Amino acid sequence: MNIPKSFIPLINPFSKDNPVIVQILGICSALAVTAKLEPAVVMTISVTAVLAFANVIISAMRKTIPTSIRIIVQLVVVAALVVIVDQVLKAYAYDVSKQLSVFIGLIITNCIIMGRLEAFALSNSPWPAFLDGIGNGLGYGWVLIVVAFFRELFGSGTLWGFRVIPQWLYDHGYQNNGMMILPPMALITVACIIWVHRTRNKDI
Amino acid sequence: MINRQSNFYTIIYSALLVIIVGVALALVYQALRPAQVENMADDTRRQILAAARIYPTDGMTVSELYAKHVTDSYIVNDHGEKIDPDINAFDINIGEQVKLPENERKLPVFVCNTDSGIKYILPVYGAGLWGPIWGYVSFDSNGDTIYGAYFAHQGETPGLGAEIEKTEFSSQFDGKNVFNSNGDFTSVMVVKAGREPKDGTPYVNAVSGGTVTSTGVQNMLANSLRPYSAFLKSKSEHTEQ
Repeated sequence: MNIPKSFIPLINPFSKDNPVIVQILGICSALAVTAKLEPAVVMTISVTAVLAFANVIISAMRKTIPTSIRIIVQLVVVAALVVIVDQVLKAYAYDVSKQLSVFIGLIITNCIIMGRLEAFALSNSPWPAFLDGIGNGLGYGWVLIVVAFFRELFGSGTLWGFRVIPQWLYDHGYQNNGMMILPPMALITVACIIWVHRTRNKDI
Repeated sequence: MINRQSNFYTIIYSALLVIIVGVALALVYQALRPAQVENMADDTRRQILAAARIYPTDGMTVSELYAKHVTDSYIVNDHGEKIDPDINAFDINIGEQVKLPENERKLPVFVCNTDSGIKYILPVYGAGLWGPIWGYVSFDSNGDTIYGAYFAHQGETPGLGAEIEKTEFSSQFDGKNVFNSNGDFTSVMVVKAGREPKDGTPYVNAVSGGTVTSTGVQNMLANSLRPYSAFLKSKSEHTEQ
């Protein structure tokens, strides 16, 4: 496949360099927000937005940041962005913000964000850093959404809150798997994705 | 070129960064505050109405709906007497009130005019697993039977404790009586599906996998509604006469 070289930071995180299933980062939030599809999607959007902006800002500041306090500087920038996202949601999308209250704050602790700032934004110019942020945010997001899809389908019998498992199946003795909505199954689902992914990509 | 590794540069840099970020956040907060306050007030109105099974429909804002249905609100004490006529019941912070001894609490009552008669809506507040849970419970004009209930939470686990906000859970409370035949306040128990309290107390099924949150709902109802006993009883005596 011929990808323009400048788009590599955008494409790589989807598979070859995926933050969740290859670098095993951000697992904690992948467990927390994947019991239902909707929070997983909103989390994907929020993380992608915060990561893209944080990458651009840190990348623009990279020549001025004193190396001894660079982690603190990154933390302050990420924390400020997350607070702004939270405040904007509270003012203009109150219902969404109510659903996600704690998860928005938890974006700060997502290791992918600090990882990308440290590994990419500090040594690249803003445009590639922006692409890298979008790529990693979405690369993280598709894993989240796949996990949430299976957990909501088998755990609650719904997708996006709508019932998809028909009533006659329940009448014939089918039951939702309560285990699916508990965190351990998220780990097992992620492990299954990693298994399939490594089987298809022998070089990893 | 300034030495980026010097202590002086580092200190100035961090001081400037904190000042800039602080000012930016303060500005964002100031600019968005009015919209947020309005959202929160509307959200409280929506919750109060939801307890009386009134839901926003197209073409009518929550404020209009609230003005139409909630005809009166006042504050009572634990003897059921009206107190503090100057304070708006809407502005009472329930979270602070439930921590006080019962005889010191200011107890807000919202009187709601619905298609099926007058309902008294009472706020409840308690603790779930990760943070506060709260809600509103509406009573029929006999002061004993629950007409509807609405529960909300700050950060309970989605799919587990967070299920208390679903109508599947809250509608179980409809029609339950909070006083037994002797006129004692019993509240409503929240017990694991398939079990029931031995003494015949009214009960609803807990959320599976959300035991701590479910117990929180049970404690919240008992703690928040008990002080209203005198108020609710005065309503039932009034009806019998």
